[in-house]
Amino acid sequence: MTPAWPDVIVKVLKANEVRLVTYIPDNVLAPLIRSLHADRDFTVICPAREEEAAGIVAGAYLAGLRGITLMQTSGFATLPNVLASLIVPYQIPLLMLISERGTIGDHQLGQAIVCRTLRPVLQTLGIEHFAIERPEDVEFVTDRMIKQAFYTQAPAAMILSPLLTKRDAKPGSDG
Amino acid sequence: MNRFDLTKRLVARLKDREAVIGGIGNTNFDLWASGQRPENFYMLGSMGLAAPIALGVALAQPGRRVFCLEGDGSLLMQLGALGTIAACAPRNLALVVFDNGMYQITGKQPTLTASTVDLVAMARGAGLAQSEWAADEAQFERLVERALAGPGPWLIGARVDGARPEGVTERDPARIRSRFMDAMKARP
Repeated sequence: MTPAWPDVIVKVLKANEVRLVTYIPDNVLAPLIRSLHADRDFTVICPAREEEAAGIVAGAYLAGLRGITLMQTSGFATLPNVLASLIVPYQIPLLMLISERGTIGDHQLGQAIVCRTLRPVLQTLGIEHFAIERPEDVEFVTDRMIKQAFYTQAPAAMILSPLLTKRDAKPGSDG
Repeated sequence: MNRFDLTKRLVARLKDREAVIGGIGNTNFDLWASGQRPENFYMLGSMGLAAPIALGVALAQPGRRVFCLEGDGSLLMQLGALGTIAACAPRNLALVVFDNGMYQITGKQPTLTASTVDLVAMARGAGLAQSEWAADEAQFERLVERALAGPGPWLIGARVDGARPEGVTERDPARIRSRFMDAMKARP
């Protein structure tokens, strides 16, 4: 049986020496956030905004510490200015793990509309991105996207599709 | 007080490869004009992120002291960062806020500090107990010395005049990044 995606991501982060995690909470990411908090290998910070979360990881990278920031779709929608004026022009390999809300069965119109901005923003800024849909792809995709980000000094958006995160959830559960 | 004068006084006291993150606009222009130390990082956008970037540097290198220079308008954009820094409590981080009560670079429109907001009081409220206004240049230097000697986090507020910056930062992000990263590889 394929291990649960949060366990795979913890393993991949360790294998790539990603030791700093910043996040703004999300229900889908909650099991991963719990695992990271419980693991002494990680420094885990929950700031007030995604912009801060990105700035902390950027600063840490400049000083030699690898990090990742976790958010949901609506949080990503607060980031275009930071991506366009800091992360992309300074060539900072900001790793973003984005739980995709607002598609394939979301109950909130606001989330659905925000979701439509995700890929156009990533494409406009030329940011590498991929939506992971199958449990068996999690390790391959996250490991290689993280490596490419550091090899190429470029940010990467790893999108967790509801196809990956919601299939085993109870019908109607959300957040 | 004057931002360029205070920046020079601060930089003159940095003897141990301390990192300095200069916030967007006139704050980093004056940092640039004070002498281009390789340990300086100059922001060209992302208003408000100097403190989070400085926190990241401080977390990555607990053995190096890190200063963040930020303006009042910028800090007002990202006040939550004060709470984040207080909660993380990095012993090697000091924030310096140059408060001229205006968005100087866009036409001197007043900021909230010109009317009701006290940024040092907000920092204390966020949990940064070691936050103080410098009443004059001598006290500013004493507060910098204290931040260099003892465990932080610190916040030093300085009310400054509306004088123009003394230079303009070279706007080449790739060079700024690689110079700073090389400097961060040298041990303090």
